[in-house]
Amino acid sequence: MSDRFPRPHDVETPDGAEGWQDLYLYSSLFSEGRREYEESMFWFQDGVHWPEALTPWDATLYEFAIASLSQYNTRHLRVPPSDGIDFRILNGYAYLSPVAAPPGDIEARVAAFVDRAGFYFTNWNDLYDNWMIKIRGLVADLERLDFAPLPDLEDADLVVKSGAGVGSGYAIQESYHRLLDLALKLWQYHFEFLNLGYAAYLDFFGFCKQSWPSIPDLAIAKMVAGVEVDLFRPDEELKRLAHQAVDLGVAEAFVGDDAEETCRILRSTPAGESWIASFHDSAEPWFNFSSGSGFYHTDRVWIEHVSIPFGFIANYIARVQRGEDLARPVEAIRAERDRIVNEYADLLMRDSERDGFRAKLGLVRVVFPYVENHNFYVEHWSHSVIWRKMRELGAVFVTAGFWAEPDDIFFLKRTEVQDALWDYYASWATPAPAAGPAHWPAEIERRKAIHAALRRWKPTPAMGVPPAVIVEPFTVMLWGITSASVAAWLGGGSADDSGLKGFAASPGIAEGPARVICSADQIGEVQQGEILVAPLTAPSWAPIFGRIGATVTDTGGIMSHAAIVCREYGLPAVTGTGFATTAIRTGQRIRVDGSAGTVTILD
Amino acid sequence: MTSIMWFESYWDGMRSEVGGKASSLGEMTGAGLPVPPGFALTTEAFRTCRDAADLDKSLARLLFGLDVADLAMVQDRCSSMRDAVRAMPMDAAVERSLRIAYAELGRRSGTDDVPVAVRSSATSEDSPDASFAGEHDTYLWVRGSDAVVDAVRRCWASLFTDRATCYRVEMGYDHRSTEMSVVVQKMVRPVAAGVAFTLNPEDGDRSAIAIDSAWGFGEAVVSGEVTPDNYLVDKVMFEIGRRTISRKEHEYRLTDHDTVEKAAVEESRATVASITDAQIVAIARLARAAERHYGCPQDVEWAIDADLPEGSNVVLLQARPETVWSKLGAPRATVAPAGDFMSSIVATLMSPLHAQED
Repeated sequence: MSDRFPRPHDVETPDGAEGWQDLYLYSSLFSEGRREYEESMFWFQDGVHWPEALTPWDATLYEFAIASLSQYNTRHLRVPPSDGIDFRILNGYAYLSPVAAPPGDIEARVAAFVDRAGFYFTNWNDLYDNWMIKIRGLVADLERLDFAPLPDLEDADLVVKSGAGVGSGYAIQESYHRLLDLALKLWQYHFEFLNLGYAAYLDFFGFCKQSWPSIPDLAIAKMVAGVEVDLFRPDEELKRLAHQAVDLGVAEAFVGDDAEETCRILRSTPAGESWIASFHDSAEPWFNFSSGSGFYHTDRVWIEHVSIPFGFIANYIARVQRGEDLARPVEAIRAERDRIVNEYADLLMRDSERDGFRAKLGLVRVVFPYVENHNFYVEHWSHSVIWRKMRELGAVFVTAGFWAEPDDIFFLKRTEVQDALWDYYASWATPAPAAGPAHWPAEIERRKAIHAALRRWKPTPAMGVPPAVIVEPFTVMLWGITSASVAAWLGGGSADDSGLKGFAASPGIAEGPARVICSADQIGEVQQGEILVAPLTAPSWAPIFGRIGATVTDTGGIMSHAAIVCREYGLPAVTGTGFATTAIRTGQRIRVDGSAGTVTILD
Repeated sequence: MTSIMWFESYWDGMRSEVGGKASSLGEMTGAGLPVPPGFALTTEAFRTCRDAADLDKSLARLLFGLDVADLAMVQDRCSSMRDAVRAMPMDAAVERSLRIAYAELGRRSGTDDVPVAVRSSATSEDSPDASFAGEHDTYLWVRGSDAVVDAVRRCWASLFTDRATCYRVEMGYDHRSTEMSVVVQKMVRPVAAGVAFTLNPEDGDRSAIAIDSAWGFGEAVVSGEVTPDNYLVDKVMFEIGRRTISRKEHEYRLTDHDTVEKAAVEESRATVASITDAQIVAIARLARAAERHYGCPQDVEWAIDADLPEGSNVVLLQARPETVWSKLGAPRATVAPAGDFMSSIVATLMSPLHAQED
């Protein structure tokens, strides 16, 4: 066992991926000029959000997200012990490195933090209401972006006689700039509240651990968890639609796998038409829901692939027809949450402690809805609009002969899209041949081959020398990275004694055959009673949780989205095992103990 | 009024009918504290038999002129009274009820001739429990309904021990109002047994239940002769947070003739868990119920009975207040003055507890 991970500058390029550096911004690469600094840092691969190799454009949202996180820690709130998170791309994969505040500055930073964070905590509900207005406005702004092929002749009234002085050639470039601006603004909004929400959670968590040293993390999570959470709303809508299909007598339309045929049958009757209208009511916004983490353009969004929600609805219809009650027992969930809170409170000996406990719980319940809900608005809803708009722009280039498929645009860096737009605009203005049609097809093919090679590479979980202990609170909270998980990675990345250890993320014990799923496209393969083993799970996989016995993930902590959803669905889960997807093969029988955080391979 | 009261059908109004011991067992059963199953033969049963046999007349003769200062007379008269009680024919209906109840206990335990403890359960009016506890008889490992009937009569006879009789004479109690209930309770044949604390003995954490467990009778754990398996269970969630399986070299177990012997544990069992997860949780729930019932942290002894069906085979043998941590106090978090939530959040971020975790 080694005491360090490879140096970032020593990691070799995978075969077939030579030249991969061309796919990403120079600032996101490990570079000679920063080598000494880079080698002094500890880097871990962010498998929670970016488990797969990034395409050039997809790196945009990675870079926007992490820089925005850092900005809030350092420049807005001045979190006393933590600066931001530095980020790099190596062999296509996202690597992060938490930056500690200079030790000498920490005390001095407290006053600014107390003033700024205190303002947010004190005015949280008003600020959060305003956030909802801002985020919905941002989505509306994104939706208004229009990417269409440039016209042969500008509209006389709209462009020429209006006195606007600018036309569609200017507008398409402005729209792309605007898309980038809105995407960056989206991520600024994302981190406006998030780390403060985690800080309040950690404070409550700390109080609980001091008062009851052996309290399970899960109990703390359950005391805090909201009962009605926006992230569960898409699944609730599916259930509602399933019930409605049965009530309207149109359930037979869902017998086949063909979504188009289902639509055709539905449209043939008034009842079917009214179901479709109801579906559209749910779809905006709730089916702007990604089948993945939302960070990849390849993540399929329900509203664009209705076969996904239709498939889930068909399953729910079958359960309704078997007489099952799909409704979440909201009252029972609430009562159980109250029971847990009251029983722990009763274990405190003094009124002052009980008051302190109630006050902290009160604060964390004010702030936690943001932590639970933002994911739908940002990673699912807003991202799905961004991907859709980018595809529209990609299609414009297809029309202009720049490349073959709308999705090819994601093989350009965000800055290159501006260059290509300029090329397209200038050739349209003149008119004269554009350079792009001769340049991009071959370049995109080369990049696709490199990307495919990068995807085959198994990223090293970390690089550099790990710190003696992982203390940065958000690292533990967001990525589930602890001193123990780092030690496990150093242990060599294999299961010891046919067992894996991770976070006890959702209680219970289950045994069954494993189903290893490495991308969202494969979730249809999951069979009744199998145990899902995945790099991570997306909240939108919730509807298949009715079929599986338990969940095991490579990455993520107790508050990862996977953990939250598993607890909601009452499934045992062990998260952050590090190597489940490589240590376990589909078909092997495994035993998952979600209370102990262990996974045992039985054969 | 019936002759038999099962523990689970006890209610407050029955105390005078079944005596202190049976009331306590009935109360515990009702509070979710699963003592070994059993029933009480009520004082009504005793009265019925006494009246049917016209016992009072013969007792009155023996009590007439009894001088408690005359030791020889006391010994002689009391011995005769006990003989009279033991010789008294049991009322047929009462005897039938007793035999049926014993057979039912056997059925519940999945074994014929289930071994039971037969104990007197004095009603309180004329017998302060403390001073009489040792006076009445207890018969262990009684098997078969004939033996049970005989043991019941012996218990009844113990109303007339020398000391009990003298006590009543001195206090001016009427011997004819002296009544007795008898408890018949299944003897536990433990597969595994041990203790449970309703706090973590390492740090006083009141949210934890600590369980020690080993094979066979609990003596092995209580005496410290065997390093037990150890579990830590959360009191609210009933999650098993920590499990330590130890090597358990020997156990105390029952011989064919109902004695207890110390024996080596065979290799295949020595290093495996002595209780299942479901049993761990059941023990924790039992300990928690005892804590709630008695209103303070408890130190309980429990066993897994070999004869009872899975799901109801965890039984409580004894509960007493925990004394060490109850005096030292529970761990405490620092609490900032009301309104100052930021100082605590800053402190949390500066020294996150996560650093010490895992």
